[in-house]
Amino acid sequence: MKNKVISKTDFVAKIHNGASIMIGGFMNIGTPEGIIDAMLKTDVKDLTIICNDAGLPGVGVGKLIDAGKVKKLIASHIGLNPTAGEKMTNGEMEVELIPQGTLAERIRSGGAGLGGFLTPTGLGTLVQEGKQVINIDGRDYLLEKPLKADFAFLLGHVVDKKGNVVYNKTTRNFNPLMATACETVVVEARTLVEVGALDPDHVITQHIFVDYIVEGDKL
Amino acid sequence: MNPKELIARRVARELKDGDVVNLGIGLPTMVSNFLPDDVDITFQSENGMLNLGPAPLEGEEDWDLTNAGGKPVTMGLGGVCFDSATSFGIIRGGHVDATVLGSLQVDEEGNIANWIIPGKMVPGMGGAMDLLVGAKKVIVAMTHTSAGRAKILKKCSLPFTAVKEVNMIVTEMGVMHITDNGIELIELAPGVTVEEIQAVTEPTLIISENLKTMEV
Repeated sequence: MKNKVISKTDFVAKIHNGASIMIGGFMNIGTPEGIIDAMLKTDVKDLTIICNDAGLPGVGVGKLIDAGKVKKLIASHIGLNPTAGEKMTNGEMEVELIPQGTLAERIRSGGAGLGGFLTPTGLGTLVQEGKQVINIDGRDYLLEKPLKADFAFLLGHVVDKKGNVVYNKTTRNFNPLMATACETVVVEARTLVEVGALDPDHVITQHIFVDYIVEGDKL
Repeated sequence: MNPKELIARRVARELKDGDVVNLGIGLPTMVSNFLPDDVDITFQSENGMLNLGPAPLEGEEDWDLTNAGGKPVTMGLGGVCFDSATSFGIIRGGHVDATVLGSLQVDEEGNIANWIIPGKMVPGMGGAMDLLVGAKKVIVAMTHTSAGRAKILKKCSLPFTAVKEVNMIVTEMGVMHITDNGIELIELAPGVTVEEIQAVTEPTLIISENLKTMEV
């Protein structure tokens, strides 16, 4: 069995300037803070970050934004992070806003081998601009394309050494979707257990999606 | 009673026993405080949970169990968590009976604008566009005016969040239905006259034949 467990420092050394990274979490709940802290110690910059929201200043994805490492943010909401708003307004950071359900499904499509999907969300709004409208059985839909990235950063509650992941409560959110849609996937494990310790029926992210495991702080 | 409590109390009466309901952040969240005891609602939270309960007592917060605003909540018995794609499948798939949202503007066609003020404020739409399109019933819960200016308009001047999706508006002045012919006033808050509510509403209101006083 391949050893997937590495140090945070060794993992973040793999990340290059200009990388695209999906980061799990919803208002920082389910965000792997340890990996983000390790990123702050590197010189990596010009990142494209894909996550639900901009979090808060000084927390989660907000730390990468504060540090000026984010060139482009793709998210559904940035309203609770004034720093993100300022950087967008003064042109330091590009922001692409996507309806939350569309963001989730675009990531799911990216990981599921789909060419996109049709959704009624955003019809007749600014979200429709530049997109194909397709009528199915009398109803209009927008064609939304799949979304992929170079890296995914996940937060796992209990992870086995093979990379099977169990999440805790609402920390799950985007994590299992992002696990499927990225070239290289790392999970920060709050608790790391031996292979065989998890009930196969309880595993949410299957080990084949996970490339690296770093040990995080216990809850 | 303060205006926000009045609005929340009236919206609470609109929810039916057995409904699956998503409440927006802010004023709509207050609705859950005013449900009658015999009405059992399953609250859905778009960050991935069913059976959202009230806020925990101080010192008992679980930061792994939060609402869409990132604030700790509790979970009712039988509650479940799921990923964001499942959550929005529930929302877009027509499995949410009602959603309650605040708004900046609503117009007489049922269009709603609440996610951006170009050049001024760009919070983003979050899950609002999906909720508006997917929920069977859309209830807008908001104060009737903003700094004295009408928020119920002939046509929204801000970019739409969704087109023709609003079914009902509840403000501290009254309750209105969006109909094919325009906005119908069905209830007036205690002490408010038709003239007063019309004066701060841009489109001409259709006055219901059964116009009642709002009960809360």
